[in-house]
Amino acid sequence: MKIQEKVKKLYFRTQKTNKLFVYLDHAATTSVDLRVQEVMLSFLDQTYGNPSSLYQKGMEAKHALDQAREQIAKILHAKEQEIIFTSGGTESDNLAILGFARANKEKGKHLITTKLEHHAVLEAMMQLEKNEGFEVTFLEPNKQGLITAKQVKEAVRSDTILVSVMYANNEVGTIFPIAEIGNLLQKYRQEHQQSFPVFHTDACQATGYLDLDCEKLHVDLLTINGSKMYGPKGVGVLFVKQGIKLQPLMFGGGQERSLRPGTENVSGIVGLAKALEIAQKERQTESTRQLVLRDFLIERILSTIPKTRLNGHTTERLPNNVNISFEGIEGEALLLYLDHEGIAVSTGSACTSQSLEPSHVLTALGLPHEQAHSSIRFTLGRSTTQKDLEFVLSVLPQVVKKLRSLSPLA
Amino acid sequence: MNTSTHSIGDVTSCDHSQSWVYTDVVKDHFFHPRNFVQDEEEVNTFEGHGQYGSPACGDEMHVWIKVDPDSKRITDFKWRTFGCASAIAATSIASEIVLENGGMTIEEAKHLKPQTIIERLGGLPNRKIHCSVLCDKALLKAIEDYENR
Repeated sequence: MKIQEKVKKLYFRTQKTNKLFVYLDHAATTSVDLRVQEVMLSFLDQTYGNPSSLYQKGMEAKHALDQAREQIAKILHAKEQEIIFTSGGTESDNLAILGFARANKEKGKHLITTKLEHHAVLEAMMQLEKNEGFEVTFLEPNKQGLITAKQVKEAVRSDTILVSVMYANNEVGTIFPIAEIGNLLQKYRQEHQQSFPVFHTDACQATGYLDLDCEKLHVDLLTINGSKMYGPKGVGVLFVKQGIKLQPLMFGGGQERSLRPGTENVSGIVGLAKALEIAQKERQTESTRQLVLRDFLIERILSTIPKTRLNGHTTERLPNNVNISFEGIEGEALLLYLDHEGIAVSTGSACTSQSLEPSHVLTALGLPHEQAHSSIRFTLGRSTTQKDLEFVLSVLPQVVKKLRSLSPLA
Repeated sequence: MNTSTHSIGDVTSCDHSQSWVYTDVVKDHFFHPRNFVQDEEEVNTFEGHGQYGSPACGDEMHVWIKVDPDSKRITDFKWRTFGCASAIAATSIASEIVLENGGMTIEEAKHLKPQTIIERLGGLPNRKIHCSVLCDKALLKAIEDYENR
C-alpha cells in the first residue's frame, strides 16, 4: 500500500464518493496552496536541522527562518525583529492580550474589545477580568455588526492600556475601521504623552483580502494565522511593534526573543511566509473576483428562497462572506443536509457549539435566538467558481423546502 | 435495523473542541423522517395536539395523535419539529415506537421515556440528550389535550 493510501485509511472515516464536492467554509480553514507545499517539502527531509545548531544543517534552517521573517516583515511594513512566530491565531491573540496586560498591569487595568471578537480574544479577556483584576469594556456593534472609531474613543479611559479590535469578523465578515481606530489611539497617546493604550488587531480573516501594512494601520500588535490563507495549520505570526513589552506565556530555550521559546516550526514558517506572499499578491484580483460571486450568491438566495435574510453589513463585508438565516430551519439540520449533498458550510446555531448557546456574534447583532439558530455561513475561496455556486443554488431550495416541511415554524 | 453501528456522520463543533458522531439510525431517521405532517387538513381531524420547546431554545416539537376510542390505543401519530438532526430523528423514531405493534395504549404512551428513544437511536452525543429528546413531553401534552377534549 502506498503511504498516502495508508494515511487515508488511518485518518479518514468517511467514504470517498465521486460526487461533486463544494467547499464553502474557507473562513474555517483553507487547503494548502501547491506553491506553499512545494517550498515546505525540502524542510521536512532535507533542511531539517534545528535553527539553533551551529553546524551547517542548522545554519541552513536558520537562514530559511531569517528569510521568512524578512519576507513577512516586508509585507507588514515592519522590522524583522518585530515578527514573532507562534503556533497559530489563538496563541498570537493570547500572547498579545495576556502577554501585554500582564507585563503592563502597573500602568492601568482597563482593556477595551468588542463583543464580536473570536473566542481566542474574548476568552483571554475574560480570563484577565475574572482572575487577574482587570476591567474589560466590550463594545456593542450596531445591527449590521459595525463598530466605529468613535465608540472606541468614547470608551478609552486614563487607565486603558490595551484595545483589541478584529480586522474583519469571521462569522458575518464585517470589516472594522482599523486604520481609523489606530490613528485615533496614536493621537490620544501623543496628546497625553503616554505609551498606552496600545492597539491589537486579529487579522486572521483579513489576510487574503485587506491591506496588512502595520504602519498604515497604526497597530502595535497584529495576529496572523497560516491556515486561513492557504498556508499550513499550526503556525501563526504576532507582529509586536518595537518597544512593546510582553510577558511570555511559555518558558524555555530563548527562541523568538524569549517571547515564544521552542524549536521553530521551520517548514511551517517558510510555508506561512510563502502563503502570505501569495495572499497579498493576489488579494486585489481575488477580492474583485470573489465579491462578484458573493453578491451573486446573496442575491440569488434572497430572491429565490422565501423567508431568508442576510446577516451583517451589505457592503462593509469581506468579499468571501455570506451569512444567511433561513426562517423555520435549525442550522445544524441544514448543514448536515447540505453535507449529504456534498456542500460544506458552517452555522451559528447552538447545536454545533459546546455551550448550546447560539453564536455570540449573531446575538450581539441583536438577532433573536431563533434567527441565530437558523443561520448558515458560506465562505468562498480561491477555488470557488460560478459553477460551484450554481450547484449550491440547485440544491439549496429543495433542501430548505424539505426541512421546512418538517418544521412547525415555517 | 442495526442499532450497534456507531459510525460516520462526523460533525465538529464551531469551537473545534469536540467532535461528535451520529449513529446510522439517527442519520436514517434524519434523512428519511417517518410520520411527519404532510397534509395540514389531515391532522385537524386528530384528537390530541401537544407542543413543547421554543424556537429561541433551538427546538420546538408538535405532536398530533389519533386514538381508538375503544382500545384507547394510539392509531396515528404525526409530528413537526424545528431542531437539529437528533431532534428530528428522535421525534421520527418516537412516532415509530408509539405506532408499532398496533399502537401503544395512552397509558403506555404516558410512560414513554427519553431513555427508550435514545436506546432505539443507538445512542446520542451526551450534550444532545437534554435538548433534543423533547418529543416524549410533546406526546404527553397531546395525550393531555386528548383527555381534556
